[in-house]
Amino acid sequence: MQEQPSAYELVDIVAEFIRSTAMPQLTGHAAFHALVAANALDMVKRELKILPRATDEEMERLRVLLGHDGALEDLNRELCAKIENGELTLDTAGLADHLWAITITKLAINQPKYSGYVRALEEGYGT
Amino acid sequence: MPDTMNPIATPLAATLAREISGVIGIENLKRLSGGASQETWAFDAIQGDKAIPLILRRAPGSDRDKNTTSAGLETEAALIKLAGEVNVPIPPVRLVLKAEDGVGRGFIMDRVEGETIARKILRDDEFAGARPKLARQCGEILARLHSVDMAKLPPLRLSTAKSEIEQYFQAYKTHNHPHPVFDLAFRWLRDNLPDETPRVTLVHGDFRNGNLIIGADGVRAVLDWELAHMGDPMEDLAWICVNSWRFGNIDNPVGGFGQREDMFAGYEASGGDKVDPERVKFWEVLGTLKWGVMCTTMVMAFKAGDRSVERATIGRRSSETEVDLLRLLAPLKKG
Repeated sequence: MQEQPSAYELVDIVAEFIRSTAMPQLTGHAAFHALVAANALDMVKRELKILPRATDEEMERLRVLLGHDGALEDLNRELCAKIENGELTLDTAGLADHLWAITITKLAINQPKYSGYVRALEEGYGT
Repeated sequence: MPDTMNPIATPLAATLAREISGVIGIENLKRLSGGASQETWAFDAIQGDKAIPLILRRAPGSDRDKNTTSAGLETEAALIKLAGEVNVPIPPVRLVLKAEDGVGRGFIMDRVEGETIARKILRDDEFAGARPKLARQCGEILARLHSVDMAKLPPLRLSTAKSEIEQYFQAYKTHNHPHPVFDLAFRWLRDNLPDETPRVTLVHGDFRNGNLIIGADGVRAVLDWELAHMGDPMEDLAWICVNSWRFGNIDNPVGGFGQREDMFAGYEASGGDKVDPERVKFWEVLGTLKWGVMCTTMVMAFKAGDRSVERATIGRRSSETEVDLLRLLAPLKKG
């Protein structure tokens, strides 16, 4: 289904409303929480943009690592169990790349200014 | 709120008048921070024409907090006194509350002038002269803190690397949401568990930028003794280096203000054991993972009904620790 305006556009305009209309009329705790709310909507915007393709790629890597198809959450639980019991390790082809890819995706959505993320990109992640 | 409208103002003033000679009342009572179970208040005790700046650390009611990792306020007060005896900078404890005081449980200590907000300490000109000295000072302070006579300690939990791993693994499993990087870190910690510490000491447990009062001259007081326990002293040297406590200054591993080598040198020069950097790294991985798991418990609090926007978004900060863990365990390039 495709609808207009898109989810991204709706979230974008609500964030803009909070920042330019609501926040200037608020004080103290309410103003602070409005800023936190606008920042949360920015996070949603980044997720809407980044996640669909990142999830496709995550699924593809999980199928290769685990050798079968499944639902995203089930595959992730299986991956966790196999890392926990030592069946998959950093020496397993593709595991470190996969962990880096999901982590970089999370940070690109959640906190793209975080020092550890910025440094990982400088250290050549993805190049 | 005027002091007279605050229900603790009257019993607090009466307690101070009884315990500190010449005190005739209190002023400027103000709540600083704290969660549901513990509060911090600032106030002045009026003694003649003098105002003594004080802090009240308080748990409402009379029941002991059931949180197993929390040392308890009476224990905190005892630890602050013991640390002061070995020259750890601390806010002197004036008195420990008794049930009949009617203020709740807790203690009253001096209010030490200075700054605790990490970003200000790392940014403001006022602290420019102090910053280069802080890493070494932290090492010196920790060496003294770890020298507290174990025979004098109040009852404290013993928390080894192994038990910390199990405690946080249970917390992670309770949240029941897959974080593959957390599983990698738990596995690494179990595979790289160091030998038992040659010396079990008092461990502060939350020694980091944000819990230190800093002045232009350096560290003035070590605060927040709530998580103190007995354990491996290297835990304290590592926790202050967790990237979350560098507040963006990633190249200054000690609290965002200094280098590990300076802290280790200060530690050894002040009587601390010879530092094994690999052992400290182990504790830094564990510390990073602990903070990541704590962030996921915020998600649980949010889903359980603590519905603030702030609570909701802090849950996603767990991913910050995931990138830090990968940089520690699966670095992109050597060095």
